[in-house]
Amino acid sequence: MPDPPGLELIAGELRDAHAGSVLGTYHEHGQACLIVDPEQVLPVLRWLRDTPGQEYRFLASLHGVDYLPAEPRFGVHYELLNRDRVERVRVRAAVADPGGDDLPSLESCVPLFPTAEFQEREVYDFFGIVFRGHPDLRRILLPEVYAGWPQRRDFPVGGEPVVFTYNEHEVPGWSQ
Amino acid sequence: MRREKLRALQPLAEPGSPEHLRVRQLRARDLLRGDLDDAELEEHVSQAVVTTSLGKLLNWAASNSMFPMTFGLACCAMEMIAVVGSPRNDLARFGAEALRASPRQADLIILSGRVSIKMAPVVRRLYDQMLEPRWAISMGACSSSGGMFANYAVVQGADKFMPIDVHVPGCPPRPEALIYGFNKLQHQIEGHPDMGWRRRYNAIGTEEWARDDVIAGQPSAAAEAAYARARQAVAESAESTGPEGPGGPHVRGAGTR
Repeated sequence: MPDPPGLELIAGELRDAHAGSVLGTYHEHGQACLIVDPEQVLPVLRWLRDTPGQEYRFLASLHGVDYLPAEPRFGVHYELLNRDRVERVRVRAAVADPGGDDLPSLESCVPLFPTAEFQEREVYDFFGIVFRGHPDLRRILLPEVYAGWPQRRDFPVGGEPVVFTYNEHEVPGWSQ
Repeated sequence: MRREKLRALQPLAEPGSPEHLRVRQLRARDLLRGDLDDAELEEHVSQAVVTTSLGKLLNWAASNSMFPMTFGLACCAMEMIAVVGSPRNDLARFGAEALRASPRQADLIILSGRVSIKMAPVVRRLYDQMLEPRWAISMGACSSSGGMFANYAVVQGADKFMPIDVHVPGCPPRPEALIYGFNKLQHQIEGHPDMGWRRRYNAIGTEEWARDDVIAGQPSAAAEAAYARARQAVAESAESTGPEGPGGPHVRGAGTR
C-alpha cells in the first residue's frame, strides 16, 4: 500500500501529468484512494498502469456506489493492484447525477483492462451508470426487460405488504 | 370316462374354517374348468372380486409412486436432498425415492428455495413440460411468500406464476415437515384433501371445500354448484351494502378463477 505521503506523491505527479484530474485523496483503514474527475479517469488509469515506478497493471475490481445525499452522487471505484510490490490503490471517479431521465456516464476502461467488461455491465445493471465506448453494454444479472436501477438508494426496497385482517382495506384488490 | 364334478353343494358356513377354505378352492377350480354356473358363480364372484372405481385405483397408484424432479433452488434443497437421499428420512417409504432428471418423466416438482424473477420463467417452463397429472410442492417460506427476501429480485410467492398444491412452512422446513407435506399431498391425490383453515373459517367457494368427498382432480358438479352459490352471495351482499361496503359475508375466492 502507498502510505499517506506516498499517496500524496502519486497525486502530485498525476496533477502534473494531467491538470485537474485529481480532486482529492484520502487514506483510511490502510487503503489509499484517489478521487478523480470522471472525464479524466481514463488518462489517470493509463498513467497508473504504464508509468515506470507505478505499474498498477491489474484491475482487481470495479464497482459502483451510490452516496445519495452527497454530491456528486455516484462513485465508480477501480481497485488497482501491483502484483510485484503487492500494492493496491483505489481510484474513485466522482460521477454526478445529471437529473431527470438522463443517466450519468463516463468513459469505459475496457480498452485498458479487458476484465472490466462484465463488471461495467454489472454497474450499469444496478446503478444505471453508462460507460461510453463499452463494446456490449446491456444488463448482465437482471432480466433484460427489467425497469429501474435497483441498487440506487432511492429505489424502493420492494416486496409487498402482508395482508392481515387489520390492514386488508389498505391493500386494494388483493383478493383478485 | 367322465370325471365326477367336485362341487360343494352346501352353502358356505363358518368363514375361516378349513372346510370353508376347501370349498372356495374347489369352486375356483371349477370356475377355471368352466363348470361353475348360476348362483354358485354369482356367489363366487361376489366373494373373490373387489370392486372400486378406476379413478380411485389410479389415484391410489399415482400417490404411492410419485416421481419427483431432481430440482433444487436454494438452501431448502439441502433438506430436500436429506429427505430423498438419506436412510434416516427415506422417502422410499412413501414410494417417491426415484428422482427424475427430466421434467417429462416427473410428476412432482418441489420448489425448494427462493424463486428469483429471472428464474421464474425457467421454473414455469419446467412445470409446463411436466406431463399431466402433475403436482407441485412449495417448500419453505421463500417460495411460498418471498420470505425474508422482500426485495427487487425475488418473486413474492411461487403461486404467482404456477399452481401450487401444498405449501410447507419453515425456513427451511425440517425433513420431517417436508415428508408431512408430501403425505398431505398423497391424501389430496387420493381424494381426501386436508381442509385445514377452509373448514375452520367456512371458506365457501374454494375447490377443496366444494368437492370434499369427490375424487381429487375430477371437476365436480358440487364445485360448480358451490361457485354458483358463492357468486350469488357476493351479488346479494353487493346489492345490499354497495360494492365495497362493510359487513357483507366474508366470501373469498368466489369467481376469481
